[in-house]
Amino acid sequence: MLDDTDRRILRHYQADPDMAMSDLADRAGVTGSTLARRLDRLRETGVLRGVRAVVNWPALGYEVEVSLRITLDKTAPRAFDEFTAAAREVPEVLEIQTFLGQVDVRLSVIARDMAHYQMLYRERLLTLPHILDIEGLMHVARLKSEETLPL
Amino acid sequence: MIDLDETDRALLRALAQDATASAGALGRALGLSQPACWRRIKRLREAGVFRGAQLDMDAQALGFGVTVFLGVKLAAKGRSSVEDFERAVQAIPEVQTVEHVLGAYDYRLRVVARDISDFERVLRRRIMTLPGVGNLDANVLLSEERRLGPLG
Repeated sequence: MLDDTDRRILRHYQADPDMAMSDLADRAGVTGSTLARRLDRLRETGVLRGVRAVVNWPALGYEVEVSLRITLDKTAPRAFDEFTAAAREVPEVLEIQTFLGQVDVRLSVIARDMAHYQMLYRERLLTLPHILDIEGLMHVARLKSEETLPL
Repeated sequence: MIDLDETDRALLRALAQDATASAGALGRALGLSQPACWRRIKRLREAGVFRGAQLDMDAQALGFGVTVFLGVKLAAKGRSSVEDFERAVQAIPEVQTVEHVLGAYDYRLRVVARDISDFERVLRRRIMTLPGVGNLDANVLLSEERRLGPLG
């Protein structure tokens, strides 16, 4: 399936997704046509789903970011489904993750400022269904964010 | 802060999903000429609305079956170890993201591993040996959904 050439291409590509394809081919040590063929196949097989631009929310006026760690009431049979469906309706929710551990669900939420966050928290987040416990971590700084894989 | 009209928002949404889309293709989809679309993208980029691009890969298919979020609390003693911790934690290849947070934990790490025993190795050899580490809290990721946020 995947060989060392595929992994090498992805390793260099993920380090700088904005790089020109000719530079990527040089760095990965393959010809332009090999690179194009390999990338096509990685896309076709779903290994490479795409390249996304990561939005810098503070530049758009969203200064506050909070990670909400939530424990759900699992005695309710559809707690996970109903909770996530309702969380999707809140536009300020950027990520919905489910876990095995102390925390059941985590929401990444952005807000314009603390007053906006307080309003969201009271009116849109605390009112989500089946919450047993909720704990917030206020985001201070992002030290590493490339989300690369150790290929 | 940059002012956005509906077309800018549509462009942001499109690029957030596919950063490789050309100005020509985006322009056609939004009813703009290629140069007009290119100027808008340039303005957005110059205003810093993106902090970079990321490959969206199927980690499972590449052999990384486990993603764990770790909450890390630093030990109370020794303020000097904060910088050592921050430098060392970012150098671990399996640590994908490091966020400094306020609350029950000081840092939030996203860690990827081949399987649970590989995760245990990373945890014991690389993370628990970091300078200043106190309490750890681990949650294994089951599912993940990224949303477009208020742009949508």
